[in-house]
Amino acid sequence: MNRTILTALCIAILLAIAIPLFGNAYLTAHVTRLLIYMIFALSLDLLVGYCGLVSLGHAAFFGVAAYCTALLSTKLGMTDILASLPLSVIAAAIAALIIGLLTLRTIGIYFIMATLAFAQMLFFLVNDNDFFGGSDGILATSRFYLARTVDMSAPFGRYYLTVTATAGTFITLYFMVRSPFGRILQGIRSNERRMRALGYAVERYKLACFFIGGMLAGLAGHLYLLLTSLADPSIMDWTHSAEVLMMVILGGRGTLFGPIVGAFILIELIDQAAELTEHWKLIVGVAVVVITLLGKGGLMGLVSSLKYRSKWAGARP
Amino acid sequence: MQASTVLIQILNGVQYGMLLFLIASGLTLTFGVMGIINLAHGAFFMVGAYLVFQLAHLLGWPLPLAYAASVLAVVCLGALIEKSVLAPLVGRDHLDQVLVTYGLILIFDELAVIFWGKDIQPAAIPGFLQGSVALGSTIVYPLYRLALAVVGLCCAIALYAIVAGTRLGMIIRAGAYDRDMVSALGINVGPIFALVFGLGAALAAFAGILAAPILSVSPGMGDKIIIIAFVVVVIGGIGSIKGAFIGALLVGLFDSFGKILFPSFSSLVIYALMAFIIVWRPNGLFGRPA
Repeated sequence: MNRTILTALCIAILLAIAIPLFGNAYLTAHVTRLLIYMIFALSLDLLVGYCGLVSLGHAAFFGVAAYCTALLSTKLGMTDILASLPLSVIAAAIAALIIGLLTLRTIGIYFIMATLAFAQMLFFLVNDNDFFGGSDGILATSRFYLARTVDMSAPFGRYYLTVTATAGTFITLYFMVRSPFGRILQGIRSNERRMRALGYAVERYKLACFFIGGMLAGLAGHLYLLLTSLADPSIMDWTHSAEVLMMVILGGRGTLFGPIVGAFILIELIDQAAELTEHWKLIVGVAVVVITLLGKGGLMGLVSSLKYRSKWAGARP
Repeated sequence: MQASTVLIQILNGVQYGMLLFLIASGLTLTFGVMGIINLAHGAFFMVGAYLVFQLAHLLGWPLPLAYAASVLAVVCLGALIEKSVLAPLVGRDHLDQVLVTYGLILIFDELAVIFWGKDIQPAAIPGFLQGSVALGSTIVYPLYRLALAVVGLCCAIALYAIVAGTRLGMIIRAGAYDRDMVSALGINVGPIFALVFGLGAALAAFAGILAAPILSVSPGMGDKIIIIAFVVVVIGGIGSIKGAFIGALLVGLFDSFGKILFPSFSSLVIYALMAFIIVWRPNGLFGRPA
């Protein structure tokens, strides 16, 4: 890692560790939610930004893990996250593997719609069946623990778990996108046919990417359940997938800071607009239209084009 | 299953399918000819229904006049959106198109809430279509729903005749196949884009007007149906009117029979159908390979 990123990361982690020490429970819960969406957006960016797989069904994996955690706790009394965290992430990964195997046969707009269709199937499965709590969802009433001792339903416990998970996700992805595997994904994004001609098993790499993305979305879904205790169908809905896609695009796809910035900005925009007026959707809608029409690479793209401009400004005759 | 149940479900399926076709045909042509994914197409459906509610219920206009005025207003709205927001999106990434038109959905839904509130609004059935008809000796079927199926079928036939049988239709089909080549052959594609988009908006608004008495007129009514219309488009193959027609019928029938055969999985059935078709034929039933 280069020094600037390392310093930035250290400062971010220190800052993150310090936040609960202010003792403001609302702030801690709010930052926990921000971090969860950062993981979620990062997981989608791996698909969209690095491999060119535009999925409009990514919330399915988030939802599968949240539902799995809630079901394990209510039906089986499994409240230790040492067991339910890996199990729910594996459930999301299996869902990603199956959906990936089927949808990756398609490309372009068909892929967007195919991922949407499978996500909608899962949405209606949980929405229409009493086993999954129907449209009310499942409320996990019991508290969650780490190794039966540390209370993960307390603001402190789940906050530090989320910070660790976010840092872990970022660092993993940082090295992954610079590894040969990550380079191949980016190769597929820029020219799939050439990668195939070079002898790479493109389908396998795409599936691996989809699998890892689904797994990380599952991690976010698990943490989300620890935060809210409620798994309801709205987290599986296509609008939830569209929301996280917006985070990736607003921030700038194909960068790791983009989704983080995007998640922060979209959540804050929605929260602030909702505080301002009950018609917040109007504000968010206009913002999304304007930002997408004006900027081509999201906010990170805007930043780098400004940098580029200032770098070459003096060179003009 | 009794024969009468089967007949009623077939009628329901065809009626729902024709409604979907009216929306999906505009969607598939817009995508085929302009290369734009327009998630906001459902907004035309919603605005059409709301305008009839406003004109006929609140202002007391006669229904036929309200119908015509609503369709016309939606076409103007469509032209405005096409010129201001969608034209810059031609040739850009699908991703940007999805986002911008999703933003439009948020805007239109919220505008509907601001103008008409969150409540579900009523819609009238024209006087001569009220009541039921007897089909055979045992079944009665609402006349309006029957009329809907017939009107939908007529629209489908008319549209097919235009697209398959006229010079204009030929240009539209060629445009859906290869836009640049049509342009290179000396045909001005700008007006064709506008025409196709306007026609699509008009059909969606018309569908909204027809559906208003059956579905509820409420903000967000377009979001639910647009996803299903997309399912139709993808099943049929993008850019193909014939595909949209077959896809709409399939989805309508699967939906109506799913409701009685698998009650707790009824909404899931059409997505399963789409998943099956897309895995079997990755470009839809009548789409050409990308």
